[in-house]
Amino acid sequence: MTETSHHAATLAAYAALLRRRALLVAALALAVAAALVLDIATGPSSLKVSEVLRVLMDPAGAELPARVIVWQVRLPAALMAVLVGAALSLAGAEMQTILDNPLASPFTLGVSSAASFGAALALVLGLGVPGLPAEWFVPANAFVFAFASVLMLQALARLRGAGVETLVLFGIALVFTFNALVALVQFVASQEALQQLVFWSMGSLARASWGRLGLLALAVAVVLPFSLRASWKMTALRLGEDRARSFGIAVERLRFLSLLRVSLLAASAVAFVGTIGFIGLVGPHMARLLVGEDHRFLLPASVLTGALVMSLASVASKVLVPGALLPVGLVTALIGVPVFLGLILARRERGT
Amino acid sequence: MSEAAALAVQGLSAGYGGRAVLAGLSLPPVRPGTLTGLIGPNAAGKTTLLRALAGLVPAKGSVRLGAVELARLDGPARARHVTYMPQSLPQRSGLTVLESVLAAGRASAAALPERAARLHALETLERLGIADLALRSLAALSGGQRQLASLAQCLVRAPALLLLDEPTSALDIRHQHGVMQLAAEVAAERGMVVLAVLHDIALASRWCARLVVLAEGAVVADGPPEAAITPALLARVYGVQARVERCSRGQVQVMVDGLA
Repeated sequence: MTETSHHAATLAAYAALLRRRALLVAALALAVAAALVLDIATGPSSLKVSEVLRVLMDPAGAELPARVIVWQVRLPAALMAVLVGAALSLAGAEMQTILDNPLASPFTLGVSSAASFGAALALVLGLGVPGLPAEWFVPANAFVFAFASVLMLQALARLRGAGVETLVLFGIALVFTFNALVALVQFVASQEALQQLVFWSMGSLARASWGRLGLLALAVAVVLPFSLRASWKMTALRLGEDRARSFGIAVERLRFLSLLRVSLLAASAVAFVGTIGFIGLVGPHMARLLVGEDHRFLLPASVLTGALVMSLASVASKVLVPGALLPVGLVTALIGVPVFLGLILARRERGT
Repeated sequence: MSEAAALAVQGLSAGYGGRAVLAGLSLPPVRPGTLTGLIGPNAAGKTTLLRALAGLVPAKGSVRLGAVELARLDGPARARHVTYMPQSLPQRSGLTVLESVLAAGRASAAALPERAARLHALETLERLGIADLALRSLAALSGGQRQLASLAQCLVRAPALLLLDEPTSALDIRHQHGVMQLAAEVAAERGMVVLAVLHDIALASRWCARLVVLAEGAVVADGPPEAAITPALLARVYGVQARVERCSRGQVQVMVDGLA
């Protein structure tokens, strides 16, 4: 084809752009792996990175204390950080696209407030899903309320046949409603329950266990393929809702299925570690700055930026105040903001 | 997609939330291969008509394109025949021009393999003279370039019916005519039915073989510009006192003397 040679330069430049993005995603994955090892190495009895790698590769050959520290204590928490970051950031990326709102995240639309209310009911009033063992009350309640809040958002929006603005406004209304309800429960809570609730709402990775990790990993593994399958449609939605619908995309259905995925991701993440803000908002923005808005790259990159920031936050939560383990929810913003600002400034200098 | 299929509209009703904007509108067959202009005052129902034809608002009635009854097709099936181009692209989009055209082609029913799709997208851009902007961000384009990129997103889907909603509203005079000329050329090359909502009667008369004048949801004039545009019509529909004269080349010129 003569056109091929005619357009060869542009096609080659585009192929190079795609390769660069794929490389960036790969680099992010490596960075996450590095952060994970660093996270395992950090803690009260510090291990060398080489030691961590040895124990990870060959658990049977390691001496018992190191094996227990790595496999029983640090690895579950470190993996939890990675998975929670990944889940929240993917949820945020999908929400920002389907709601056409750069401020959308599981937390700006009430998911975390609903989860807090569920947790508060369990911690303060001892209410929980019947038939579950008591140690599952808090995560189960948080999950149920977070999931229900998104379903409620959908139902309300459907009732009015409303567009994205209404959906966002309903979400904000949910934030205030659940915050008020949490305050109400706090008001009647005992001193001890109140302390537990406050600690829960700060977010902590100390609650990680292999069972919980498995459930969260399952949620991410189930959702991610469906997210990726919708990536062209989500890219087209960035051109405007009318245009996307005219291109044959069933936008309402896309939005509904996406919010289902978001609720599953956000609810599982919040249920196990408590309220962790910022990641769901900023992870996708970082990914967008790095790889652009082609969702074939944006979605995987968001998964990885979220995992990376969360993992680094976990490291920081252990080293910021020597001898103390800060709740990771407090640290996410502290570690995330400088990285984020750096990216924005670097981009401005490049002039793109 | 049948080549060179005419558009015929029968008894089309549409509205928003119980308020009827169009009530039983009919259009005699619209010929493919030329531009048809849709003009009329604000709130006449022009955009609603385009959106109803595209299936973006609930509508009753018949919309036939050649042998195909569009009203019976669901979104994705209808989108193989019709494309609607809204007034503007979102300002904040971070996509490149090429990506936006690829996404438009891939949005439903990925027909072409990746490499062929890229080439096809580039050829579409080249036809509109913006192949050199392929890797430029949409946000970095000028108004005229954005409108061409927007047009490319629609053309890459190879619709038989293309609906343009005020394609020239934010453009300077050169780009207004540039966009209209390209639309006219592509309509002829592809045998498309192209319906364009326009406000500038001179521009519409220059490029459209036929003008349909809409007021309060009904067709009040329909024909070649020189037949459709009359002083009486302008007074009735727009409430302006105007002269309609032919220039030395026979084109319709409207001179407004005052409000009627």
